[in-house]
Amino acid sequence: MKIDARGKQCPLPVMDAKEGLKKAAPGEIVEVCVDNEIAVQNLMKMAKHKGLEAESQKKEDRVFFVRIQAAGTEGQDRKQGETEPPVQAEEQKQGTACLPDGRRKGLVVVLSSDRMGQGDDVLGKILMKGFIYALVGQEELPETLLLYNGGARLSCEGSESLEDLRQLEAMGVEILTCGTCLNHYGLTEKLGVGGITNMYEITEKMCGARTIVKP
Amino acid sequence: MEPILFCKGGGCTAKLGPGALKRVLEQIPRKKEPRLLVGYENSDDAAVYQLTEDLAIVQTLDFFPPMVEDPYLFGQIAAANALSDIYAMGAEVKTAMNIVCFPEQMDLNILGRILQGGAEKVEEAGGVLAGGHSIADTDVKYGLSVTGTIHPSKILKNNGCRAGDVLILTKPLGVGIVCTASRMKAASEEAMEQAIRSMTTLNKYAAGALAAHEVHGCTDVTGFGFLVHLCEMLSDAYSAEIWAEAVPYIKECEDYVEEFYLTAAGQRNRNHVGEQVVFEDCPFFMEEVLFDPQTSGGLLASLCEEDAKHVKQELEKQGLPCAIVGRIVEKQEKSVIVKGEKR
Repeated sequence: MKIDARGKQCPLPVMDAKEGLKKAAPGEIVEVCVDNEIAVQNLMKMAKHKGLEAESQKKEDRVFFVRIQAAGTEGQDRKQGETEPPVQAEEQKQGTACLPDGRRKGLVVVLSSDRMGQGDDVLGKILMKGFIYALVGQEELPETLLLYNGGARLSCEGSESLEDLRQLEAMGVEILTCGTCLNHYGLTEKLGVGGITNMYEITEKMCGARTIVKP
Repeated sequence: MEPILFCKGGGCTAKLGPGALKRVLEQIPRKKEPRLLVGYENSDDAAVYQLTEDLAIVQTLDFFPPMVEDPYLFGQIAAANALSDIYAMGAEVKTAMNIVCFPEQMDLNILGRILQGGAEKVEEAGGVLAGGHSIADTDVKYGLSVTGTIHPSKILKNNGCRAGDVLILTKPLGVGIVCTASRMKAASEEAMEQAIRSMTTLNKYAAGALAAHEVHGCTDVTGFGFLVHLCEMLSDAYSAEIWAEAVPYIKECEDYVEEFYLTAAGQRNRNHVGEQVVFEDCPFFMEEVLFDPQTSGGLLASLCEEDAKHVKQELEKQGLPCAIVGRIVEKQEKSVIVKGEKR
């Protein structure tokens, strides 16, 4: 059974799910689509409290699915009998809440300058600021962001991109700035986001990357 | 044209989540001003600014969408809620101004009823309405900006509690759950009546009873629910032990939680401090009651046991429900330990 509860505020998605579970056959999966994480958490909380099997998945921005199995023996028999495992069960078993992860594995962004492209320096700085800003809004985020040489200035106090970088870090992006470079520019005390790294790690991250984006 | 809904689920459930707010506030540059005795660094209830050696003004502002269908009651509740921050600081209400958002197409009599309800509460508080500001908007919102006064040495900060104190709570919890159940047309008349009575009661009386004693920490329990407000009181210095069986709540919440009439705000509160709280043999409904966002909730005060007993007697004499719900202990691994069985 599928229920679309997008656009509805709590507790309505949970009310819809309860209604669905009442009508569902024993063991049937009721799939509820919602548009925010809090609704996911409230649905998972309800399932857990009622002792029902449930899992959640983020499909895309503002589209989440919560699958709850209605009570009853039939479903449990089927689960043992069939080889097909419940969708996504593996990853979701660890945590009860849905923690969507927007990072793409192996995607590394390298900022080797505080300017983007060659030509006018003022324009280059504006472009770099715009690039980092746009990066925050990407559906797929990099796993790691490496900053070296002139790029080291971007992660330091006074940088106009500091807030954007902090936001990326808050979303789980690993932000690493070259220690030698900070030292060279006298910025070691000014680092405003992420950690300090060395050439071994920078090399390792770049060699291990599946995709490198270097604006 | 779509009919305009008056009540879509408001009150303190409409607040922004505490986590989101904290992130934004941390990034706003702040000026150092020695006369600002209480600013927002301690997540306190109201701002206090010292004017002279023995006089400070206390300012607060609160407004929200309707959580009940009756505009007059909504006005009373919104006003009681806004005035409450003044009482949580131990101050006296002086002036209040209306803040109104109202759809142009809506019946102005409704606005009249809201303002009437609010004005009556300002009068009961001993304050005077001094003006206001209104905006045409798609949804109704109402509240007050309130100014009070206090002697600078009498300020009740929220984070002054000490080990050995007990915690007193002056209103029952669960009004958020009851209002949500009511929105689902599932609340009993008695439960809703009790919630409304509680929300329209000014914290003036509780503050009056507390004023005669040495209060170490005091806050009002509002949108962030009992547990987030308690964690703010403790800061990182102490832990608290809460006795679930002693916590006053609206009885019907037991059933309403079982039906999952729960708000998004309650879950946000759980996300915010859930990790700092451990529940020991505590029923699930009580967890939800403790996270439930309260509109115009009671005062939560930390003081020594002897004083707390006097306050409780005093308030019971006035017919106000209140209870000693736990105590402050030395810092433990978790900030709050909720015990299913009292002691």
